[in-house]
Amino acid sequence: MSSPERVLGRITAKPGERILGWAALAALVGTAVMSLAIAPPDADQRNAQRLMYVHVPSAWLAYLAFAVVFVASIAYLKTRKSRWDRLAAASAEVGVLFTALAIALGSIWGKPIWGTWWTWDPRLTTTAILLLIYVGYLAVRRLPDSPARRARWAAVVGIVGFLDVPIVHLSVTWWRSLHQGATVRLLGKSTIAPVMLAALLVAVFAFTLLYLYLVTLRLRVGRLEERVLAEALSPRVGQPVEALLSDDAETEAAAGSGSASTSHAQPEEVATGG
Amino acid sequence: MTLLEQTVAMAGKDLRIEVRGRYALAAVLPFAATLLIAFGLSLGPGRTLLQQAAPGLLWLAVLFASVLSFRRAYEHEGEDGALEGLVISPIDKAAVFLGKAAAVVVQLLVLEVIVVLLVSGLFGLSLGAEPVTLVAAFVLGTIGLAAIGSLFGVLSESPRARETVFPLLVLPLSTPVLVSGVKATALAAAGRAGEASSWLGLLVAFDLVFVAAGTLVFGYLLED
Repeated sequence: MSSPERVLGRITAKPGERILGWAALAALVGTAVMSLAIAPPDADQRNAQRLMYVHVPSAWLAYLAFAVVFVASIAYLKTRKSRWDRLAAASAEVGVLFTALAIALGSIWGKPIWGTWWTWDPRLTTTAILLLIYVGYLAVRRLPDSPARRARWAAVVGIVGFLDVPIVHLSVTWWRSLHQGATVRLLGKSTIAPVMLAALLVAVFAFTLLYLYLVTLRLRVGRLEERVLAEALSPRVGQPVEALLSDDAETEAAAGSGSASTSHAQPEEVATGG
Repeated sequence: MTLLEQTVAMAGKDLRIEVRGRYALAAVLPFAATLLIAFGLSLGPGRTLLQQAAPGLLWLAVLFASVLSFRRAYEHEGEDGALEGLVISPIDKAAVFLGKAAAVVVQLLVLEVIVVLLVSGLFGLSLGAEPVTLVAAFVLGTIGLAAIGSLFGVLSESPRARETVFPLLVLPLSTPVLVSGVKATALAAAGRAGEASSWLGLLVAFDLVFVAAGTLVFGYLLED
């Protein structure tokens, strides 16, 4: 086991998950206090500007999550360890959630400030296409019946989809700027007060913790799904559960949940299934 | 056999199937024509609006027609276990990707000539002004589309993917081709070919990225 995998395994074990959960909660409470009570309302936009403290971190998480999908997809194709596939799946799900959230929050902010729910701003358009690409990624994950094939297909989509993002962004930026007027600035003004910046940084930190917590939670669900599948298959194919679990799942599942005992696997029942 | 010979053999096989089956002529072309008529009807008979929208409608018709062509390129591989034959045959998997892409490029270019003529007739788009830019936009855009289609066409071999997931994947990914193609076509029609060079450059970048990525990762899709 190489070292990034060991670190990943340790973070995603049960104690790590619990610590992350509490840390994310504390940081989110801090974000709420900072952004609602301590930071002053914006001079022009009044309280609507406070949406920035959740909108910007959501958009950041979207790009972070899809970068993780990209890296995990390459790692899966290189190592063929299913934990990388589970990481890509978990990160893509959380990423789609926060991409949708970023668009929705931006829309809610845009209505009072820009006077419209939607404008064909390059960043907005790129984010919308990003959302569609990764909805497609999740749809591909539901296609194949074989877990190994699903992992390979998804990894290819995860790699190619991410490569597309900068080209999409470039194309919609030019599309906008070559023929229409100046684009609207996302933050209304070019400078930001120190207290607002502090609130924003706390929010970004809190959302990143939340991302890590949601991903570890989803990873554990993924491991349990794999184990349930193995336990259902075991009596039919006549192999013990451990043999059906992919290369690395068993150690994590044993360390993580401890609930699934190997006594469920009864190779004697095989004959009925065969 | 070198990679090039394998690619040519692969493309030749697909083109022979197309010449004998005439699927593009019998199904894809009428589909594209139907789309163009529907666009015309939905935008009304006003000539200025139709002329303005024509480059966009032209590329939308090409995009949707190409989705049909990609699916067709893999449909006949699903019959009689032909895909298994490809998987176990001793050729480079990159040649399968490149050969299928090349065959689709040839088919789409033929289709595009007819669609362009239809659009210039139906919507009054003047296309003679800058032929070089126009041809470059279509050749470059078609290579990019074919790379994406040839890569993910394998997924449409799965019955559940054929109708929904494949277009859901291909259409957002090809947004840069749509945007650049429409812009380059509009500039060529307006006689301002000089401004189209950045869009053609973007198409070149798109082609390079996706042909390279497809060549590298295609083998992983075909492993079983």
